[in-house]
Amino acid sequence: MLAKRIIPCLDVDDGRVKKGVNFVNLVDVGDPAVIAAEYERQGADELVFLDITATNQKRETMKAVVERVSRQVFMPLTVGGGITSVAQMQELLKAGADKISLNTAAVVNPKLITQGAEKFGRQCIVVAIDVKMDPTTKQYQVFTAGGKHNTGLDALKWAEQAVALGAGELLVTSMDKDGTKSGFDTDLYRKLNERIDVPIIASGGAGSLADFTTVFTAGKVDAALAASVFHYGELSIPAVKQTLHTAGVNVR
Amino acid sequence: MLTIIDYDAGNTYNVQKAFDFLGVKTELTADPEKILASHGLILPGVGAFAPAMQTLQARGLDSVIKQAVAKGTPLLGICLGMQLLFESSSEYGQHAGLALIPGKVIALPAKKGFKIPQMGWNQHELRQSDSVFAYVAQEYTYFVHSFYAQCPNEYLVSQVEYSAPVPAIVRNKNVYGFQFHPEKSGQVGIKLLRTFVEEVVEA
Repeated sequence: MLAKRIIPCLDVDDGRVKKGVNFVNLVDVGDPAVIAAEYERQGADELVFLDITATNQKRETMKAVVERVSRQVFMPLTVGGGITSVAQMQELLKAGADKISLNTAAVVNPKLITQGAEKFGRQCIVVAIDVKMDPTTKQYQVFTAGGKHNTGLDALKWAEQAVALGAGELLVTSMDKDGTKSGFDTDLYRKLNERIDVPIIASGGAGSLADFTTVFTAGKVDAALAASVFHYGELSIPAVKQTLHTAGVNVR
Repeated sequence: MLTIIDYDAGNTYNVQKAFDFLGVKTELTADPEKILASHGLILPGVGAFAPAMQTLQARGLDSVIKQAVAKGTPLLGICLGMQLLFESSSEYGQHAGLALIPGKVIALPAKKGFKIPQMGWNQHELRQSDSVFAYVAQEYTYFVHSFYAQCPNEYLVSQVEYSAPVPAIVRNKNVYGFQFHPEKSGQVGIKLLRTFVEEVVEA
């Protein structure tokens, strides 16, 4: 059977992992290739690199990062952050990325999803959606620009539209849960899963081993992504997988 | 040295990097003379069946590959490269393949709870215990595909369970196929490529 996936996410700024990683056994905790190799050793199923480089001129560094990581680490690599054209996608895929994650650019220019899917196959195109619940209407809303801009779009509808346009996978971050370590937004994922027939990656809120079990069993997601709990060693990937295995969730 | 058949397939560079990591030299080429002189061939591939076959045919590579296989050169097809080894595919119409392994490529059946494409790590069930790849039993490798091969059991080395039993490693004499991506399957994937080099090509 297909295994549920555990995915660490690394923020890369100008070619370096600038914050958040705290493995005592690593010599250079800023080197994406070193961290990627460590996560491969721990049993991560995939890696997501999010380019948080502020200026476009420095974006070239991400290509070099992908190129270097993919020479040493042999697992699926997703790259996102600031990608706005098919040409950029092609360069990153050629450098060694397996999937491209589109967030703000997909909302601004939804055709980009279709163009990418047609050229590279829909399995290459991940649409990342940052979601926040409106406290009065209880509607899930889509935020872009790193969570700064409320698009007013309904997240469940946008998710359906993104899939219809060609997204092969959705990476859905609950902004309400992100950073709280209070568990994933299981309700959101269950609702998404009722409407969506492509894999869903849950993100935001991982704090305990049990949180992972809940998001897979109750949220019905295909993969769970986390950053700080893994980077700071608060939870280890082997411990997460052992917990899932004990709970009857199929993991590698 | 291995020869990677160049027909603009998507995953060529990552396959090449995996062999680089193993210290195995590779050459990416569409030159018939080099392909016929090669000791081991890799047919990579990502994307749809028909355009891939058309590119192979346009470069005259279909007959070159068949000639090389006929004289005993080991060939490994990866992902779409494996699917091309079969007789036919029904992906967007009916298309002929290289027919190096009996069998056909069809869509993964729709079944509740199974998303298409199959994307992720799946566990091998060994079907041929005397294979050089027998250690793949119970191991997980990384799959991304919407179509799969159906072939007689005698060509089946291992399979994984999805909405149908999916042939994962297939073999017909000197022709091998991996439905998964060894270049994305961690240490197991790297080991499988090494085995192909050491136990098949150099044997």
